[in-house]
Amino acid sequence: MNSAMQTISVAGENALIVYFGDAPSDAVASAVASSAEKLRQALGDSLIDLVPSYASLLVIYDPFRTDHFAVRNAIRRALDNRHTVDPSQSSKGKLITLPVYYGTESGPDLQQLADNAGLSIDEVVTIHQQTDYRVYAIGFAPGFAYLGEVDPRIAAPRLATPRQKVPRGAVAIADRQTAVYPAQSPGGWNLIGLCPERMFDPAAEPSMPVQVGDRVRFKAIDRDTFVAMGGVL
Amino acid sequence: MSSQLTASSGLQVINPGIFSLIQDAGRFGLHGIGLTNGGPLDSNAFRWANRLCANPQGCAAVEVTIGGLVLEATVDTTIAVTGASAPLTINGHACELWRSYSIQTGARIELGFATSGSRIYLAVAGGFQIEPRFNSVSTVPRESLGGLHGDGSPLQAGDMLPCESQRSTTPLSLAADLRPDYSTNRALLRVILGYQQALFSDLQKQLFFTSDYQVTDRSDRMGYRLKGTAIAPSADGILSEGICLGAIQVPADGQPIVLLNDRQTIGGYPKLGSVLSLDISKLAQLLPGATVNFEAISIEQAHNALMLDQQYFERCTPEEIVTND
Repeated sequence: MNSAMQTISVAGENALIVYFGDAPSDAVASAVASSAEKLRQALGDSLIDLVPSYASLLVIYDPFRTDHFAVRNAIRRALDNRHTVDPSQSSKGKLITLPVYYGTESGPDLQQLADNAGLSIDEVVTIHQQTDYRVYAIGFAPGFAYLGEVDPRIAAPRLATPRQKVPRGAVAIADRQTAVYPAQSPGGWNLIGLCPERMFDPAAEPSMPVQVGDRVRFKAIDRDTFVAMGGVL
Repeated sequence: MSSQLTASSGLQVINPGIFSLIQDAGRFGLHGIGLTNGGPLDSNAFRWANRLCANPQGCAAVEVTIGGLVLEATVDTTIAVTGASAPLTINGHACELWRSYSIQTGARIELGFATSGSRIYLAVAGGFQIEPRFNSVSTVPRESLGGLHGDGSPLQAGDMLPCESQRSTTPLSLAADLRPDYSTNRALLRVILGYQQALFSDLQKQLFFTSDYQVTDRSDRMGYRLKGTAIAPSADGILSEGICLGAIQVPADGQPIVLLNDRQTIGGYPKLGSVLSLDISKLAQLLPGATVNFEAISIEQAHNALMLDQQYFERCTPEEIVTND
Protein backbone atom coordinates (compact mmCIF):
# COMPACT_ATOMS: atom_id res chain seq x y z
CA MET A 1 0.00 0.00 0.00
CA ASN A 2 1.30 3.40 -0.92
CA SER A 3 0.40 5.70 1.96
CA ALA A 4 0.25 8.67 -0.42
CA MET A 5 -2.96 7.10 -1.74
CA GLN A 6 -4.66 7.49 1.62
CA THR A 7 -6.67 10.56 2.52
CA ILE A 8 -8.71 11.48 5.59
CA SER A 9 -11.92 13.51 5.13
CA VAL A 10 -14.54 14.87 7.46
CA ALA A 11 -17.82 12.93 7.22
CA GLY A 12 -19.92 14.50 9.97
CA GLU A 13 -19.86 16.13 13.40
CA ASN A 14 -18.28 13.00 14.96
CA ALA A 15 -17.07 11.03 11.96
CA LEU A 16 -14.01 10.92 9.73
CA ILE A 17 -13.64 8.76 6.63
CA VAL A 18 -10.36 7.31 5.39
CA TYR A 19 -10.00 6.60 1.67
CA PHE A 20 -7.48 3.93 0.68
CA GLY A 21 -7.71 4.21 -3.10
CA ASP A 22 -10.07 4.60 -6.02
CA ALA A 23 -10.82 0.97 -6.77
CA PRO A 24 -11.37 -2.21 -4.78
CA SER A 25 -8.49 -4.66 -4.73
CA ASP A 26 -7.08 -7.32 -2.49
CA ALA A 27 -4.37 -4.94 -1.25
CA VAL A 28 -6.90 -2.20 -0.49
CA ALA A 29 -9.20 -4.65 1.30
CA SER A 30 -6.25 -5.80 3.44
CA ALA A 31 -5.37 -2.23 4.34
CA VAL A 32 -8.99 -1.43 5.27
CA ALA A 33 -9.28 -4.52 7.48
CA SER A 34 -5.95 -4.08 9.28
CA SER A 35 -6.52 -0.35 9.84
CA ALA A 36 -9.94 -1.09 11.30
CA GLU A 37 -8.43 -3.54 13.78
CA LYS A 38 -5.68 -1.13 14.82
CA LEU A 39 -8.11 1.76 15.26
CA ARG A 40 -10.45 -0.37 17.33
CA GLN A 41 -7.61 -0.95 19.78
CA ALA A 42 -6.21 2.59 19.63
CA LEU A 43 -9.51 4.40 20.18
CA GLY A 44 -11.04 2.07 22.77
CA ASP A 45 -14.03 3.69 24.50
CA SER A 46 -13.78 6.79 22.30
CA LEU A 47 -14.89 4.73 19.32
CA ILE A 48 -18.62 4.44 18.61
CA ASP A 49 -18.47 2.46 15.37
CA LEU A 50 -16.42 1.58 12.30
CA VAL A 51 -17.80 1.00 8.81
CA PRO A 52 -15.26 -0.73 6.59
CA SER A 53 -16.17 -0.83 2.90
CA TYR A 54 -14.59 -1.42 -0.53
CA ALA A 55 -11.86 1.20 -0.28
CA SER A 56 -12.81 3.29 2.75
CA LEU A 57 -13.21 3.18 6.49
CA LEU A 58 -15.74 5.38 8.28
CA VAL A 59 -14.67 6.13 11.85
CA ILE A 60 -17.44 7.32 14.18
CA TYR A 61 -16.20 8.62 17.55
CA ASP A 62 -17.68 9.89 20.80
CA PRO A 63 -17.40 13.69 20.65
CA PHE A 64 -17.69 13.89 24.44
CA ARG A 65 -14.53 11.79 24.88
CA THR A 66 -12.35 12.95 21.99
CA ASP A 67 -12.27 15.25 18.96
CA HIS A 68 -11.34 15.11 15.29
CA PHE A 69 -7.75 16.21 15.92
CA ALA A 70 -7.05 13.28 18.23
CA VAL A 71 -8.86 10.84 15.96
CA ARG A 72 -6.88 12.06 12.91
CA ASN A 73 -3.68 11.38 14.83
CA ALA A 74 -4.85 7.92 15.79
CA ILE A 75 -5.74 7.21 12.15
CA ARG A 76 -2.33 8.39 10.93
CA ARG A 77 -0.60 6.11 13.42
CA ALA A 78 -2.81 3.19 12.39
CA LEU A 79 -1.95 3.79 8.72
CA ASP A 80 1.76 4.00 9.41
CA ASN A 81 3.12 0.73 8.09
CA ARG A 82 6.32 1.04 10.12
CA HIS A 83 4.43 -0.10 13.20
CA THR A 84 3.01 -3.16 11.50
CA VAL A 85 5.03 -6.26 12.23
CA ASP A 86 3.89 -8.26 9.23
CA PRO A 87 1.12 -6.74 7.17
CA SER A 88 0.75 -9.83 4.98
CA GLN A 89 -0.05 -11.95 8.03
CA SER A 90 -2.31 -9.57 9.93
CA SER A 91 -4.73 -8.78 7.17
CA LYS A 92 -5.64 -11.94 5.29
CA GLY A 93 -8.76 -12.64 7.28
CA LYS A 94 -10.13 -16.12 7.80
CA LEU A 95 -11.27 -18.39 4.98
CA ILE A 96 -14.86 -19.67 5.19
CA THR A 97 -16.26 -22.36 2.92
CA LEU A 98 -19.98 -22.06 2.18
CA PRO A 99 -21.91 -25.00 0.69
CA VAL A 100 -24.16 -24.22 -2.28
CA TYR A 101 -26.82 -26.30 -4.00
CA TYR A 102 -26.46 -24.94 -7.54
CA GLY A 103 -29.07 -25.67 -10.19
CA THR A 104 -32.11 -24.41 -12.02
CA GLU A 105 -34.37 -25.58 -9.15
CA SER A 106 -32.50 -23.48 -6.57
CA GLY A 107 -31.17 -20.79 -8.94
CA PRO A 108 -33.94 -19.52 -11.26
CA ASP A 109 -31.52 -17.21 -13.15
CA LEU A 110 -28.76 -19.81 -13.68
CA GLN A 111 -29.89 -20.92 -17.15
CA GLN A 112 -30.30 -17.35 -18.43
CA LEU A 113 -26.95 -16.28 -16.99
CA ALA A 114 -25.22 -19.27 -18.63
CA ASP A 115 -26.93 -18.57 -21.99
CA ASN A 116 -25.94 -14.89 -21.91
CA ALA A 117 -22.35 -15.85 -21.03
CA GLY A 118 -22.18 -18.48 -23.78
CA LEU A 119 -21.32 -21.12 -21.19
CA SER A 120 -22.92 -24.31 -19.92
CA ILE A 121 -24.51 -24.38 -16.46
CA ASP A 122 -21.69 -26.67 -15.29
CA GLU A 123 -19.10 -24.18 -16.48
CA VAL A 124 -20.78 -21.28 -14.64
CA VAL A 125 -20.97 -23.34 -11.44
CA THR A 126 -17.32 -24.41 -11.76
CA ILE A 127 -16.11 -20.86 -12.39
CA HIS A 128 -18.13 -19.51 -9.43
CA GLN A 129 -16.29 -21.96 -7.15
CA GLN A 130 -12.81 -21.20 -8.49
CA THR A 131 -12.38 -17.81 -6.80
CA ASP A 132 -11.65 -17.13 -3.15
CA TYR A 133 -13.78 -14.02 -2.69
CA ARG A 134 -13.01 -11.12 -0.39
CA VAL A 135 -15.70 -9.74 1.91
CA TYR A 136 -15.48 -6.14 0.69
CA ALA A 137 -18.38 -4.68 2.63
CA ILE A 138 -21.39 -5.58 4.76
CA GLY A 139 -24.59 -3.58 4.49
CA PHE A 140 -27.89 -3.20 2.56
CA ALA A 141 -29.45 -5.50 5.18
CA PRO A 142 -28.18 -7.12 8.39
CA GLY A 143 -25.63 -9.75 7.41
CA PHE A 144 -25.51 -8.95 3.67
CA ALA A 145 -21.86 -9.43 2.65
CA TYR A 146 -20.64 -8.06 -0.68
CA LEU A 147 -18.11 -10.56 -2.07
CA GLY A 148 -15.73 -9.89 -4.92
CA GLU A 149 -14.61 -10.13 -7.47
CA VAL A 150 -16.51 -12.48 -9.71
CA ASP A 151 -14.70 -13.88 -12.76
CA PRO A 152 -15.66 -11.54 -15.66
CA ARG A 153 -16.91 -14.54 -17.67
CA ILE A 154 -19.84 -15.01 -15.28
CA ALA A 155 -20.42 -11.37 -14.31
CA ALA A 156 -24.02 -10.33 -15.03
CA PRO A 157 -25.95 -7.05 -14.67
CA ARG A 158 -28.78 -6.75 -12.16
CA LEU A 159 -32.26 -7.79 -13.30
CA ALA A 160 -34.22 -5.04 -15.04
CA THR A 161 -37.09 -5.69 -12.61
CA PRO A 162 -36.06 -6.70 -9.09
CA ARG A 163 -37.90 -9.63 -7.47
CA GLN A 164 -40.30 -8.87 -4.65
CA LYS A 165 -39.09 -11.95 -2.77
CA VAL A 166 -35.63 -13.45 -2.84
CA PRO A 167 -35.43 -16.40 -0.42
CA ARG A 168 -33.05 -16.57 2.50
CA GLY A 169 -29.82 -18.29 1.46
CA ALA A 170 -30.07 -17.34 -2.23
CA VAL A 171 -26.62 -17.22 -3.83
CA ALA A 172 -26.52 -14.42 -6.36
CA ILE A 173 -24.40 -12.43 -8.78
CA ALA A 174 -24.59 -8.74 -9.70
CA ASP A 175 -21.88 -7.37 -11.97
CA ARG A 176 -18.61 -8.63 -10.50
CA GLN A 177 -20.06 -9.13 -7.02
CA THR A 178 -21.60 -12.18 -5.44
CA ALA A 179 -23.52 -12.63 -2.18
CA VAL A 180 -25.72 -14.88 -0.08
CA TYR A 181 -29.04 -13.25 0.90
CA PRO A 182 -29.15 -13.36 4.74
CA ALA A 183 -32.94 -13.09 4.94
CA GLN A 184 -35.90 -13.09 2.59
CA SER A 185 -36.04 -9.68 0.96
CA PRO A 186 -36.64 -7.92 -2.34
CA GLY A 187 -33.62 -8.08 -4.63
CA GLY A 188 -32.38 -7.63 -8.17
CA TRP A 189 -29.39 -9.95 -8.27
CA ASN A 190 -29.16 -13.06 -10.50
CA LEU A 191 -29.96 -16.17 -8.44
CA ILE A 192 -27.77 -19.22 -9.14
CA GLY A 193 -28.21 -21.44 -6.07
CA LEU A 194 -29.06 -21.77 -2.41
CA CYS A 195 -26.80 -21.95 0.65
CA PRO A 196 -28.19 -23.85 3.67
CA GLU A 197 -26.05 -21.92 6.16
CA ARG A 198 -27.42 -18.81 7.84
CA MET A 199 -25.51 -15.63 7.06
CA PHE A 200 -27.25 -13.72 9.84
CA ASP A 201 -28.69 -15.25 12.98
CA PRO A 202 -29.56 -12.81 15.77
CA ALA A 203 -29.53 -15.69 18.27
CA ALA A 204 -26.05 -16.95 17.33
CA GLU A 205 -22.72 -15.72 18.64
CA PRO A 206 -21.24 -14.37 16.44
CA SER A 207 -24.37 -13.51 14.50
CA MET A 208 -22.46 -13.61 11.19
CA PRO A 209 -19.95 -16.23 10.01
CA VAL A 210 -17.85 -13.59 8.19
CA GLN A 211 -16.59 -10.06 8.64
CA VAL A 212 -15.10 -7.51 6.26
CA GLY A 213 -11.65 -8.67 5.14
CA ASP A 214 -12.42 -12.39 5.43
CA ARG A 215 -12.44 -14.65 2.38
CA VAL A 216 -15.21 -16.93 1.19
CA ARG A 217 -15.03 -20.03 -1.01
CA PHE A 218 -18.14 -21.76 -2.38
CA LYS A 219 -18.41 -25.56 -2.59
CA ALA A 220 -21.12 -27.35 -4.56
CA ILE A 221 -23.37 -29.79 -2.70
CA ASP A 222 -26.16 -31.94 -4.11
CA ARG A 223 -29.85 -31.64 -3.40
CA ASP A 224 -29.88 -34.37 -0.72
CA THR A 225 -26.97 -32.82 1.17
CA PHE A 226 -28.67 -29.43 0.98
CA VAL A 227 -31.85 -30.82 2.51
CA ALA A 228 -29.90 -32.82 5.11
CA MET A 229 -28.17 -29.58 6.17
CA GLY A 230 -31.55 -28.03 6.86
CA GLY A 231 -31.98 -26.28 3.52
CA VAL A 232 -35.53 -25.49 2.43
CA LEU A 233 -36.63 -25.49 -1.21
CA MET B 1 -32.45 -15.95 22.57
CA SER B 2 -35.44 -16.19 24.87
CA SER B 3 -38.57 -14.20 24.26
CA GLN B 4 -39.47 -11.00 26.06
CA LEU B 5 -39.29 -10.67 29.83
CA THR B 6 -42.47 -11.98 31.35
CA ALA B 7 -44.47 -9.03 32.56
CA SER B 8 -48.02 -8.90 33.65
CA SER B 9 -48.24 -5.22 34.45
CA GLY B 10 -47.42 -1.91 32.89
CA LEU B 11 -49.18 0.20 30.29
CA GLN B 12 -51.60 -1.68 28.06
CA VAL B 13 -51.95 -0.54 24.46
CA ILE B 14 -55.65 0.09 23.73
CA ASN B 15 -54.92 1.84 20.42
CA PRO B 16 -51.40 2.08 18.96
CA GLY B 17 -52.20 5.24 16.98
CA ILE B 18 -50.73 5.94 13.55
CA PHE B 19 -47.25 4.53 14.10
CA SER B 20 -45.73 4.00 17.53
CA LEU B 21 -42.33 2.47 18.21
CA ILE B 22 -40.35 1.57 21.30
CA GLN B 23 -37.06 3.49 21.21
CA ASP B 24 -34.09 3.81 23.53
CA ALA B 25 -30.93 5.78 22.69
CA GLY B 26 -30.24 3.45 19.75
CA ARG B 27 -28.10 0.52 18.69
CA PHE B 28 -24.41 1.32 18.34
CA GLY B 29 -21.21 -0.47 17.36
CA LEU B 30 -22.92 -2.93 15.01
CA HIS B 31 -22.57 -1.30 11.59
CA GLY B 32 -19.97 -4.04 10.93
CA ILE B 33 -22.80 -6.57 10.57
CA GLY B 34 -25.02 -4.13 8.73
CA LEU B 35 -27.22 -2.98 11.63
CA THR B 36 -28.36 0.62 11.63
CA ASN B 37 -28.77 2.81 14.74
CA GLY B 38 -32.49 3.34 15.21
CA GLY B 39 -33.26 5.51 18.24
CA PRO B 40 -35.44 8.60 18.66
CA LEU B 41 -35.65 10.97 15.67
CA ASP B 42 -36.11 13.94 18.01
CA SER B 43 -33.45 13.09 20.57
CA ASN B 44 -34.06 16.38 22.40
CA ALA B 45 -37.74 15.69 23.11
CA PHE B 46 -36.84 12.07 23.96
CA ARG B 47 -34.23 13.02 26.58
CA TRP B 48 -36.63 15.51 28.20
CA ALA B 49 -39.34 12.86 28.47
CA ASN B 50 -36.93 10.70 30.46
CA ARG B 51 -35.61 13.63 32.51
CA LEU B 52 -39.12 14.63 33.56
CA CYS B 53 -39.66 11.07 34.81
CA ALA B 54 -36.36 11.38 36.76
CA ASN B 55 -34.92 8.57 34.59
CA PRO B 56 -31.33 8.12 33.55
CA GLN B 57 -30.77 9.14 29.91
CA GLY B 58 -31.64 6.61 27.23
CA CYS B 59 -34.43 4.68 29.01
CA ALA B 60 -36.89 2.97 26.67
CA ALA B 61 -39.84 5.21 25.75
CA VAL B 62 -42.49 5.27 23.00
CA GLU B 63 -42.03 7.39 19.87
CA VAL B 64 -45.48 8.22 18.51
CA THR B 65 -45.66 9.59 14.98
CA ILE B 66 -48.58 12.04 14.55
CA GLY B 67 -50.58 10.62 17.49
CA GLY B 68 -53.59 8.47 18.34
CA LEU B 69 -51.97 6.38 21.09
CA VAL B 70 -54.30 5.20 23.87
CA LEU B 71 -52.93 3.37 26.92
CA GLU B 72 -54.38 1.99 30.14
CA ALA B 73 -52.25 1.60 33.26
CA THR B 74 -52.19 -1.60 35.28
CA VAL B 75 -49.62 -0.10 37.70
CA ASP B 76 -49.19 3.10 39.72
CA THR B 77 -46.40 5.09 38.09
CA THR B 78 -45.30 8.43 36.62
CA ILE B 79 -45.39 9.37 32.94
CA ALA B 80 -44.26 12.35 30.88
CA VAL B 81 -45.11 13.28 27.28
CA THR B 82 -42.93 15.62 25.20
CA GLY B 83 -42.44 16.57 21.57
CA ALA B 84 -45.02 17.65 19.00
CA SER B 85 -48.02 19.58 20.34
CA ALA B 86 -50.98 17.22 20.67
CA PRO B 87 -53.98 17.02 22.96
CA LEU B 88 -53.27 14.77 25.95
CA THR B 89 -55.84 13.56 28.45
CA ILE B 90 -55.51 11.37 31.52
CA ASN B 91 -58.87 9.94 32.62
CA GLY B 92 -60.52 12.51 30.39
CA HIS B 93 -58.81 15.51 32.01
CA ALA B 94 -56.73 17.71 29.71
CA CYS B 95 -53.03 17.52 30.57
CA GLU B 96 -49.89 19.33 29.53
CA LEU B 97 -46.95 18.07 27.58
CA TRP B 98 -43.43 18.70 28.94
CA ARG B 99 -44.41 17.77 32.51
CA SER B 100 -44.79 14.57 34.49
CA TYR B 101 -47.95 13.13 36.04
CA SER B 102 -48.37 10.46 38.68
CA ILE B 103 -51.00 8.01 37.52
CA GLN B 104 -52.87 5.18 39.25
CA THR B 105 -53.85 1.70 38.14
CA GLY B 106 -56.74 1.98 35.71
CA ALA B 107 -55.71 5.40 34.41
CA ARG B 108 -56.48 5.92 30.73
CA ILE B 109 -53.95 8.00 28.77
CA GLU B 110 -55.21 9.35 25.45
CA LEU B 111 -53.09 11.18 22.95
CA GLY B 112 -54.82 13.04 20.12
CA PHE B 113 -53.25 14.10 16.84
CA ALA B 114 -50.38 16.58 16.54
CA THR B 115 -51.31 20.17 15.77
CA SER B 116 -47.68 21.18 15.18
CA GLY B 117 -44.69 18.88 14.82
CA SER B 118 -45.02 15.14 14.19
CA ARG B 119 -43.07 13.09 16.80
CA ILE B 120 -44.31 12.66 20.35
CA TYR B 121 -42.47 10.84 23.16
CA LEU B 122 -44.05 9.08 26.11
CA ALA B 123 -41.71 8.00 28.90
CA VAL B 124 -42.48 6.17 32.13
CA ALA B 125 -40.65 6.15 35.47
CA GLY B 126 -37.87 3.57 35.27
CA GLY B 127 -38.37 3.12 31.52
CA PHE B 128 -40.18 0.26 29.79
CA GLN B 129 -38.60 -3.06 30.77
CA ILE B 130 -38.01 -4.86 27.48
CA GLU B 131 -35.36 -7.41 26.58
CA PRO B 132 -32.74 -5.79 24.35
CA ARG B 133 -31.71 -7.19 20.97
CA PHE B 134 -28.08 -6.40 20.15
CA ASN B 135 -27.82 -4.17 23.25
CA SER B 136 -30.85 -2.04 22.44
CA VAL B 137 -34.64 -2.19 22.43
CA SER B 138 -34.91 0.36 19.60
CA THR B 139 -37.40 -0.78 16.97
CA VAL B 140 -36.17 -0.93 13.37
CA PRO B 141 -39.03 -2.33 11.26
CA ARG B 142 -36.84 -2.56 8.14
CA GLU B 143 -34.45 -4.90 9.99
CA SER B 144 -37.22 -6.85 11.77
CA LEU B 145 -35.33 -6.05 14.94
CA GLY B 146 -36.07 -4.63 18.37
CA GLY B 147 -39.23 -3.39 20.03
CA LEU B 148 -41.55 -5.16 22.44
CA HIS B 149 -41.42 -8.53 20.65
CA GLY B 150 -37.85 -8.20 19.34
CA ASP B 151 -39.04 -8.52 15.74
CA GLY B 152 -39.22 -4.88 14.72
CA SER B 153 -42.99 -4.67 14.85
CA PRO B 154 -44.65 -1.37 15.81
CA LEU B 155 -46.99 -1.30 18.83
CA GLN B 156 -50.24 -3.23 18.41
CA ALA B 157 -53.51 -3.09 20.31
CA GLY B 158 -53.27 -5.53 23.21
CA ASP B 159 -49.52 -5.12 23.75
CA MET B 160 -48.51 -4.75 27.39
CA LEU B 161 -45.62 -2.29 27.79
CA PRO B 162 -43.99 -3.59 30.95
CA CYS B 163 -42.94 -1.15 33.64
CA GLU B 164 -42.44 -1.24 37.38
CA SER B 165 -44.82 0.15 39.94
CA GLN B 166 -43.52 3.47 41.33
CA ARG B 167 -44.61 5.57 44.27
CA SER B 168 -46.16 8.93 43.49
CA THR B 169 -43.57 11.70 43.04
CA THR B 170 -43.55 15.49 42.86
CA PRO B 171 -44.38 16.37 39.25
CA LEU B 172 -41.63 18.00 37.20
CA SER B 173 -42.16 20.53 34.43
CA LEU B 174 -39.97 22.20 31.85
CA ALA B 175 -40.62 25.96 31.91
CA ALA B 176 -42.81 26.99 28.97
CA ASP B 177 -40.23 29.39 27.53
CA LEU B 178 -37.61 26.61 27.40
CA ARG B 179 -39.75 24.21 25.37
CA PRO B 180 -38.95 23.82 21.66
CA ASP B 181 -41.32 25.55 19.26
CA TYR B 182 -42.46 23.25 16.46
CA SER B 183 -45.07 25.64 15.07
CA THR B 184 -42.89 27.43 12.50
CA ASN B 185 -42.93 24.50 10.03
CA ARG B 186 -39.50 25.68 8.94
CA ALA B 187 -35.97 24.76 9.98
CA LEU B 188 -32.45 26.00 9.41
CA LEU B 189 -30.14 23.00 9.30
CA ARG B 190 -26.46 23.36 10.07
CA VAL B 191 -24.19 21.29 7.77
CA ILE B 192 -20.65 20.08 8.25
CA LEU B 193 -19.22 19.87 4.72
CA GLY B 194 -17.39 16.64 4.03
CA TYR B 195 -17.35 13.33 2.15
CA GLN B 196 -17.50 14.11 -1.63
CA GLN B 197 -17.91 17.87 -1.20
CA ALA B 198 -15.13 18.34 -3.76
CA LEU B 199 -17.43 16.82 -6.41
CA PHE B 200 -19.76 19.82 -5.97
CA SER B 201 -18.57 23.05 -7.60
CA ASP B 202 -18.64 26.35 -5.70
CA LEU B 203 -21.67 27.32 -7.77
CA GLN B 204 -23.52 24.11 -6.84
CA LYS B 205 -22.73 24.68 -3.15
CA GLN B 206 -23.87 28.30 -3.42
CA LEU B 207 -27.19 27.12 -4.88
CA PHE B 208 -27.59 24.53 -2.13
CA PHE B 209 -26.97 26.97 0.72
CA THR B 210 -29.17 29.75 -0.68
CA SER B 211 -32.20 27.74 -1.88
CA ASP B 212 -35.39 26.74 -0.09
CA TYR B 213 -36.06 22.98 0.01
CA GLN B 214 -39.41 21.36 0.76
CA VAL B 215 -39.91 18.20 2.79
CA THR B 216 -41.63 15.64 0.54
CA ASP B 217 -44.04 12.88 1.54
CA ARG B 218 -41.32 10.35 0.74
CA SER B 219 -39.78 11.01 4.13
CA ASP B 220 -39.50 8.45 6.90
CA ARG B 221 -37.18 7.15 9.62
CA MET B 222 -34.59 6.17 6.97
CA GLY B 223 -34.33 9.59 5.44
CA TYR B 224 -36.03 12.84 4.51
CA ARG B 225 -36.28 13.39 0.77
CA LEU B 226 -36.27 17.07 -0.12
CA LYS B 227 -37.42 18.89 -3.23
CA GLY B 228 -36.00 22.12 -4.58
CA THR B 229 -33.13 23.46 -6.65
CA ALA B 230 -31.33 20.46 -8.17
CA ILE B 231 -27.63 20.31 -7.46
CA ALA B 232 -25.32 18.23 -9.62
CA PRO B 233 -22.14 16.56 -8.43
CA SER B 234 -19.53 15.87 -11.09
CA ALA B 235 -19.96 12.09 -10.60
CA ASP B 236 -23.12 9.97 -10.46
CA GLY B 237 -21.85 7.26 -8.19
CA ILE B 238 -18.99 6.37 -5.92
CA LEU B 239 -17.73 3.13 -4.42
CA SER B 240 -20.17 2.23 -1.64
CA GLU B 241 -18.97 3.60 1.69
CA GLY B 242 -20.11 4.14 5.29
CA ILE B 243 -22.91 6.65 5.90
CA CYS B 244 -23.11 8.60 9.16
CA LEU B 245 -26.18 10.17 10.77
CA GLY B 246 -27.43 13.23 8.89
CA ALA B 247 -25.45 12.55 5.72
CA ILE B 248 -26.78 14.54 2.74
CA GLN B 249 -26.92 12.21 -0.23
CA VAL B 250 -27.44 13.56 -3.73
CA PRO B 251 -28.69 11.00 -6.28
CA ALA B 252 -28.75 11.57 -10.04
CA ASP B 253 -31.91 13.72 -9.94
CA GLY B 254 -30.05 16.31 -7.83
CA GLN B 255 -32.67 16.30 -5.03
CA PRO B 256 -30.97 15.93 -1.63
CA ILE B 257 -31.86 13.22 0.89
CA VAL B 258 -30.94 13.70 4.56
CA LEU B 259 -30.27 10.25 6.01
CA LEU B 260 -31.61 9.62 9.49
CA ASN B 261 -31.60 7.03 12.28
CA ASP B 262 -32.77 4.00 10.24
CA ARG B 263 -30.54 4.76 7.22
CA GLN B 264 -28.69 2.05 5.29
CA THR B 265 -25.16 1.70 6.72
CA ILE B 266 -23.38 1.91 3.34
CA GLY B 267 -24.29 3.49 0.03
CA GLY B 268 -22.92 4.67 -3.28
CA TYR B 269 -24.37 8.13 -3.93
CA PRO B 270 -22.21 11.27 -3.60
CA LYS B 271 -22.60 13.11 -0.30
CA LEU B 272 -22.07 16.80 0.37
CA GLY B 273 -21.63 16.54 4.13
CA SER B 274 -23.84 15.90 7.16
CA VAL B 275 -26.52 17.76 9.09
CA LEU B 276 -25.69 18.52 12.73
CA SER B 277 -27.46 15.98 14.97
CA LEU B 278 -29.02 18.75 17.08
CA ASP B 279 -30.84 19.96 13.96
CA ILE B 280 -32.13 16.50 13.06
CA SER B 281 -34.42 16.91 16.07
CA LYS B 282 -35.95 19.89 14.23
CA LEU B 283 -36.01 18.30 10.76
CA ALA B 284 -37.74 15.12 11.95
CA GLN B 285 -40.60 17.17 13.45
CA LEU B 286 -41.43 18.72 10.05
CA LEU B 287 -44.34 17.59 7.91
CA PRO B 288 -44.37 17.30 4.10
CA GLY B 289 -44.43 20.76 2.54
CA ALA B 290 -42.33 22.36 5.29
CA THR B 291 -39.34 24.45 4.23
CA VAL B 292 -35.72 23.84 5.16
CA ASN B 293 -32.59 25.85 4.55
CA PHE B 294 -28.98 24.88 5.04
CA GLU B 295 -26.06 26.71 6.61
CA ALA B 296 -22.44 25.55 6.52
CA ILE B 297 -20.51 25.28 9.78
CA SER B 298 -17.05 23.92 10.55
CA ILE B 299 -16.46 20.69 12.42
CA GLU B 300 -15.11 22.77 15.33
CA GLN B 301 -18.32 24.81 15.44
CA ALA B 302 -20.26 21.54 15.39
CA HIS B 303 -18.18 20.22 18.28
CA ASN B 304 -18.76 23.41 20.26
CA ALA B 305 -22.50 23.25 19.58
CA LEU B 306 -22.62 19.70 20.96
CA MET B 307 -20.70 20.70 24.11
CA LEU B 308 -22.93 23.73 24.67
CA ASP B 309 -26.04 21.65 24.20
CA GLN B 310 -24.87 19.10 26.75
CA GLN B 311 -24.09 21.88 29.25
CA TYR B 312 -27.48 23.42 28.59
CA PHE B 313 -29.28 20.15 29.25
CA GLU B 314 -27.32 19.50 32.45
CA ARG B 315 -27.81 22.99 33.85
CA CYS B 316 -31.40 23.47 32.79
CA THR B 317 -33.35 22.02 35.72
CA PRO B 318 -37.04 21.15 35.49
CA GLU B 319 -39.32 22.88 38.00
CA GLU B 320 -41.04 20.97 40.76
CA ILE B 321 -44.78 21.54 40.73
CA VAL B 322 -46.08 21.93 44.29
CA THR B 323 -49.81 21.40 44.65
CA ASN B 324 -51.69 22.62 47.73
CA ASP B 325 -54.54 20.15 47.84
